[in-house]
Amino acid sequence: MSAAEEIVTEAPAVEAVPKRAMTLGYGTSLAVLAALIIIPLFVKNFIIFQMTMLLIYALAVMALNILTGGSGQFSLGQSAFYAVGAYTSAILMEHAGMNYALTLPIAGIICFGFGFLFGQPALRLSGVYLALATFALATAMPQLLKLGYFEHWTGGVQGLVVTKPDAPFGLPLSQDMWLYYFTLAVSIAIYLASVNLLRSRSGRAFMAIRDNEIAASAMGVDVALYKTLAFGVSAGITGVAGGLGAIAVQFVAPDGYTIQLAISLFLGMVVGGVGWLPGSIVGSAFIIFVPNIAEGISKGLSGAVFGVLLFLVIFLVPHGARQVAIVAQQLAAKLKKN
Amino acid sequence: MELFANQVLAGIATGAIYACMALAVVMIYQAIDHLNFAQGEMAMFSTFVSWQLMQWGVPYWGAFVLTVAFSFAAGIVIERLLFKPLAKAPILTNVAGFIALYAIINSVAGLIWDFTIKQYPTPFGSSPFLGSQLISTHQAGMIGITLLMLLLLFFFFRFTRVGLAMRAAASLPESARLVGINTSWMIALGWGMASAIGSIAGMMIAPVVFLEPNMMLGVLIYGFAAAVLGGLTSPFGAVMGGFLVGIFENLVGTYIPGVGNELKLPIALALIIVVLVVKPAGLFGRAIVKRV
Repeated sequence: MSAAEEIVTEAPAVEAVPKRAMTLGYGTSLAVLAALIIIPLFVKNFIIFQMTMLLIYALAVMALNILTGGSGQFSLGQSAFYAVGAYTSAILMEHAGMNYALTLPIAGIICFGFGFLFGQPALRLSGVYLALATFALATAMPQLLKLGYFEHWTGGVQGLVVTKPDAPFGLPLSQDMWLYYFTLAVSIAIYLASVNLLRSRSGRAFMAIRDNEIAASAMGVDVALYKTLAFGVSAGITGVAGGLGAIAVQFVAPDGYTIQLAISLFLGMVVGGVGWLPGSIVGSAFIIFVPNIAEGISKGLSGAVFGVLLFLVIFLVPHGARQVAIVAQQLAAKLKKN
Repeated sequence: MELFANQVLAGIATGAIYACMALAVVMIYQAIDHLNFAQGEMAMFSTFVSWQLMQWGVPYWGAFVLTVAFSFAAGIVIERLLFKPLAKAPILTNVAGFIALYAIINSVAGLIWDFTIKQYPTPFGSSPFLGSQLISTHQAGMIGITLLMLLLLFFFFRFTRVGLAMRAAASLPESARLVGINTSWMIALGWGMASAIGSIAGMMIAPVVFLEPNMMLGVLIYGFAAAVLGGLTSPFGAVMGGFLVGIFENLVGTYIPGVGNELKLPIALALIIVVLVVKPAGLFGRAIVKRV
């Protein structure tokens, strides 16, 4: 409202996270991996299904983390990319009879292209404006999927039913368990690729843009290219997650991919710690299990309980699971000294 | 041509709803530099409070004044209790806080007043305005109230000490502190005012969309859109943005075949993105200059 407003010291939208702090140590990673491999052997099918969803959402949260924590761009539109990935997989499987595993890379590539293109206009926007633009994308997506024009392919409001794959080579695994291990393998591959991406030249370019765009361009980073690239990579991973999600849930419908999903993924990122990739799985656990816990505490007030729990988390650990991990690490170091 | 004029008029009537909400959005943006996602729910809660007061027999304007006062206080309390401790936390954490607040208010309102749709009275009556079928006296009254609020805000920021202090605190917090302005309380005041304006918007909107805990969801999205379209730095722009979004929404629904109610929202939002890409500061906003 004043005529000569000027922002001299503006805090960066996303804190700078050094790239070393973005991953787990070697030992911890192996322990987590071992737990993820062993636990399904001892639990019921429904829990295996939930663990599959945990991995899938963790992938989607990680994709957002690369975009926001890596390159410093907001997105409330991840559900749109997730939906495109899910529909690509479902349509290829049901209409073209393609093998489920082959549909995932295609879903990833299509979403990469979609995200890259969406990144072009998004280049001119930042902060709240970018949040609003991506938000618009997320609200528009279910409506677009319902359009009569595509109904032959998408099944309109009814959606599509997807058949669940059997374990190959006559392996003695239930469908749920096979799908879990398949998802786990895909997730690990993508996680490793993402870690390497952030450690590479491109990853450093993302972070340079996040920390100071002008300085980055002065150092010779092609800001426009890397920003759109970050959008593309993020969308691509989200698309693969969406494809996996469609196979796991065995069903795609427009109302499964509303803005609610985008908000959940966003919350998952904040709870897991912005810019800390392993936190994605913590965030994913939060968005899958905490609404259930809230419902268990009070049916009528489940929304309020969820909100209070969320407030507790952000009050106690405003930097998410990363903060917990750092504290734990310091404690462990202290114990070692003694 | 008559169809066109009628649709524009109807658009202004719907736009008044968005304009009301956009004003509250801009108010909080001025104070804290964020879009408050719980703004709509706060307004909804206030509207329910006024409804409850009227159920208890308080006359309309009495309930109106009490509700505005309550909302002002509640806005300040929320800021002091929940968001002041987060002032130094990352922006994304704050956004998560807004979402949490949204969930809490929505759920509590649902528990107290349940999810059935309720009638809400209007002080202006609902007969046709000046013989036009398209715009009712209530809608005319709503436009009047919105413009009145705009005028009052203008005078407040332009001619009062507190208004000046709030502007200073928003644009240059450090310098403002140096000249003795309590910037922390200016933020609380901003929350209170935004909450009060939101409650007025809620009470004006409720007769049109009916009263229920989810009534504000769509309105808030359009309110954001309107505020961004008009420029987040300008209350006047926000109100104009509200009318423009309303008019555009109606025209698109009338003239482009195949656009039902389903596609109205995506198209309105698409327009806004186009505007933002061409003119990022919004139609009436100022581009913020950064020193590096």
